Order: sequence, then structure tokens, then C-alpha cells
Amino acid sequence: MTAVELRRTPLRRAADLARGDVLAATGLAVLALVALAALLAPWIAPYPEDGGTAVHLTEALRPPGAEHWLGTDQVGRDVLSRILYGARTSLFIAVAVLALAAAVGVTLGVVAGYAGGLVRDVIMRITDVFLAFPALLLSLALAVVLQPSVTTVVVAIAATWWPWYARLTASVAQSVARRGYVDAARCLGVPAPVIVFRHVLPNSLTPVLVQLSLDAGGVILTAAALSYLGLGAQEPEAEWGLMVEQGQSLFTTDWWVVTFPGLAILVTAFAFNVLGEGLRAALDPRRRPR
Amino acid sequence: MTGYLIRRLGQAVLVVAGVIVLTFAIMRLVPGDPAVAYAGPKASAAELAAARARFGLDDPLWVQLWNYVRDLLSGEWGTSLHTRQPVASDLTTVFPASLELVGAALIVAVAAGVPLGVLAARYKGKFPDFSVRLSSMLAVSVPVFWLALAVQTVFASNLGWFPVAGEYDATLDTTSPLRVYTNITAVDALFTGNWPMLTSTLEHLVLPALVVAAYPAGVIAQMTRAALIEEAGQDHARMARALGFGETAVLTRFSLRPAAGPVLSLIALVFAYAIVNGFLVEAVFNWPGLGRYAADSIRSLDTPAIAGVTLVVALLYVLANLVVDLLQSLLDPRVRKAG
Repeated sequence: MTAVELRRTPLRRAADLARGDVLAATGLAVLALVALAALLAPWIAPYPEDGGTAVHLTEALRPPGAEHWLGTDQVGRDVLSRILYGARTSLFIAVAVLALAAAVGVTLGVVAGYAGGLVRDVIMRITDVFLAFPALLLSLALAVVLQPSVTTVVVAIAATWWPWYARLTASVAQSVARRGYVDAARCLGVPAPVIVFRHVLPNSLTPVLVQLSLDAGGVILTAAALSYLGLGAQEPEAEWGLMVEQGQSLFTTDWWVVTFPGLAILVTAFAFNVLGEGLRAALDPRRRPR
Repeated sequence: MTGYLIRRLGQAVLVVAGVIVLTFAIMRLVPGDPAVAYAGPKASAAELAAARARFGLDDPLWVQLWNYVRDLLSGEWGTSLHTRQPVASDLTTVFPASLELVGAALIVAVAAGVPLGVLAARYKGKFPDFSVRLSSMLAVSVPVFWLALAVQTVFASNLGWFPVAGEYDATLDTTSPLRVYTNITAVDALFTGNWPMLTSTLEHLVLPALVVAAYPAGVIAQMTRAALIEEAGQDHARMARALGFGETAVLTRFSLRPAAGPVLSLIALVFAYAIVNGFLVEAVFNWPGLGRYAADSIRSLDTPAIAGVTLVVALLYVLANLVVDLLQSLLDPRVRKAG
């Protein structure tokens, strides 16, 4: 590695490598489209009122055509409009879950990694307990106890996701804490909280960022599964998993009601996964397959 | 080795204790009075008090927790509200069905994932690699409940190649009833020579097992590829190349074995994950396993049953992790030292 290359930031390197990674670049482009759909749903949806409580029984179950590109559902709502609105729900859930999980996990992780010893052991044993519950399972149990809603989904998934960030951050922070500049700060008498959050934390974040992009697809799939089970978003909210659930008995006769929302989940999760893989390949110096 | 074993077992026991406390805590969050749920909405004050006393709801929380742990250890897992049976006995009938489904799925996943991973590593950066990476990414990104619905609609409802739902043809219960040993229908049928039952079960297994296998197959293919590429860059692989072995031989004869460690541990972890992912598939295919039991319990807000399912799966997770770590320490002595 030359000196010039060393001076380039990880993000810059990532951008360069993404250019050579067709899949990751595709993922990024698709996500940009999904984000646009979420932001502009009220303006670009052909039938904006169908994102909510609208009912047009005379229009029910129209197959895809010129008026309704992706057909209409059992109460006559435009499937395309609901998918565009559903992008809002899915992206909101993904962002909220990851923000919450990362905030809790990274804070505990950086403290555990810097403090070491007993503090580290206690925090790590707590993460062990939470990690024993697969995300969907703990979410199931929590969603039964709490009222089913989008907020419940966010809380339930975040509760199972934070330990991963705690573990990851702890292991990175532990090595960062041994670096020279941290020792220097300690010798200068900088108080521990300042060292942890000013010096150790920012230098431990890169792997967390990669992990976040890798996890977003999983969060979207888990959220859709919870809504499919009736434990998440409720009618008339537009949510992809819920749309699949509502249309599942119609699959043999009116395939579009189930097919398109499912495809929306698949495409979004896929885009996050390939982007995350690409970022990991680009930023992890140990694993650079290309 | 003994030191590591004891430390690791101690850690597992701690986690199990934590799992029990957390399950207890979640179930205590239930809005509404469990006594009302038991005695019914029209119960008198005296009946309610009797129910409260019966479940020990007036005791301090730590006494309740202690009683909960004691009951769990003595196999007393409470009574399900929707089946009216002890949860423990319910679990012993539904868990083997899930095991059957996930076991079949994992066999498929390994049989597909490992060769695909080898293929991708062999032609790294070429078309086969690209298509394996693409399809494994699709496999881990597909919403499993949607895939289950699609596969069921196309191959069972429309084409009629496979039965739509269930574990076996129900008429077989009278024409060739199964003697039950393990509660795993396919295994029992095989060992008692009940061929009609065996073929019916296998026919019913194909679609749900393929759907459950999608995710593990994708992950195993990715992991095999990555592990092989790493091994193929090691000195022993270069040595083999220098001796004139072809690239395929370097991968299959010299790299597959050292790469087995990470892949094996991944399989154990994916197993526990597949059980939960299988829940959604069971719901679609009406497979009489843990998932359908959980779905029924959720619908009737059956707290003892949910707690039972949660505990079983969490324990399975802890066990899978323990097996992984012990396997790793057997295969790789460095793990023992690092602890």
C-alpha cells in the first residue's frame, strides 16, 4: 500500500471499490429509488388516498392494467400506491430499529471495551442472554405482551439486535483502547468519559457502520414477518408483510395482491444485503476477495 | 481442555439462568391480570382471589420467580390455555415435527450450499461465481413466508405435484397407523417399516423443507466460498499447486478439510435460526410443529404456551452455541487458550 493510498479515507476507498462491484452499486441504486418512493409517496402514488383507509368495493381485485399498473386489492385499493406507501413503513422501521439498537449497543460496547475486567464480563454475559433469543422469537414474545403496532415491532426487534453491536464495538474498542493516543490522553489526566466518547468511540465506528448496512435487510425481513403474523402494522396501514397476509387466501385466483408486496420486500432486503457485502469487502482489510 | 470445558459449561449455565429470568420478566409484562384470564371475565371477587392465591400472584416477585424456576426444573411448565394440556407434553409432540422439517431442510441446504460454494471459489470472479453469489444473496433476502405461499400456490395448488398442507395423509391414521417412538413421523415410519406413512410424509415434506432450506443454503454457500478462498491462499495450498495439483484438487482435496471448522459451526448456528424461520413456513403449510403451536398460542394470547416455546428455542440456541464452541476447540487448539 502506497502513502497516497494510505491517506485516502475508508469512505473514499469504499466509493472506489463500489465502482468495480456491480452488485453493490446496483444495491445502492435500488435503495436510492426505494428512499425516493418513501419520501415522495404522496406525490408519485397514482392514488394517494389508497395508502390509507380508502375503500372502493366496485374496483376490488382488478388485475394489473393501464389504470392500476399492479392491480387492486380486496377492497379496491391500488396495489402500486400501497407499495409506495409501504416503503415509508419499512424504511422507517429499519432506520428506527438500527438507530435504537446501535445507540444502546455501541454505548455499552465501548464502555465494556474500554473498562475491561468485571464491567466487560457483566455486559458480555447480559448480551449472551439476549443473543440466546433469535430475533424473531423474542420479538414474538414481546409483540404478544405489548399491543401490536409498528412501535412494538421497532422495540421488539431493537431489543434483540443491540447485543450484536455491543459485542462488535467491545472487541474493536478493546484494541483501540490500547493505542498510543489513548495512553497519552490518560497520562494527561483526561477524564475517562471524555476518553471513551471523544477518542475511543469515533475510532471504533467503521465496523459498526458496515454491520448496520448488512443488518438492514434482516431487520426489514423480520419486521415484515411480524406484520405477516399480525403482530406489527395494523390495517389500514400500508405495510408489505401485512399486504401479503391480507392477500394470501387470494393467491391462486388473484396473484398480484400477494406477489408485488412480496417482491418489494425481496428487492429492498436484497439491495441492503448486496450493499452491505460490498461495503464489508471494501472496508475490511483482511477480507478483500477481489 | 478440561479447564476450558468447565469454563464454557459454567458460562452456558449462567446464560440459561438469564434466559429463564428474561422469559419470566417478559411474561410478567402481560397487560391485564393473569387471574382474570384464568377465572374468566364474569368471576366473582372471591373466585379471583382464589385464582390469585392459586398462582401465587400475591407473593413478592422474587418468590414468584423462585417458584417459576422450581416448577420448570421439575418439568411443570404450566397448562396451555388453548389446548388445555400441560405445555411440557404439548412441546414433546410438536417439537419433533419441527425437528423433522428443519432436519430435512438442513440436509438439502448442506447438499446444495457446499458444492455451490466450492464451485464459486473454483471460478472466483467468473460467471459461476457471480451466479452463485447472486442466487445465495437472493436466498437470504427472500421473505420466507412469501416464498412459502408462492411455492405452495404454484407446485401444490396449481400444478398438483405435491400435497398442499399437513404432515401426512390423515386417512393413513386408520389404514396404517403409526407406532410412535420418537414422535418424528418419518423416522418412526422408517424404523417400523410403515411404507405408506413414510412416502406420504416425504411427499408432504418436499415443499416446506425446500423453502426452509433457502436461507441456510445461501449462507452455507457464501461461507464455504469465503473459507475456501482464504484457505486456497495459504502456504499448504501453494505447496500443492507447486507439486502440480490442479486448482480443483487444491480446493477439494487440500482446502475443504481445513475450511470445515467455520462451516460446521455455521451449520449449528443456522440450525437454531432455521427452527424459528420454520415457524412462518409451518404456518403456511399447516405443519404440526412448534411454529403452528406458537401461532395458535399467539392468537389466543396463551402466555404459558408462548413462554414454553420461547424457552425451548432459547435453550436450543444455547446448546447449539455450546456445541459449536466445543467443536471448534476440538478442531483448533488456539480457541482453548483464548477462552
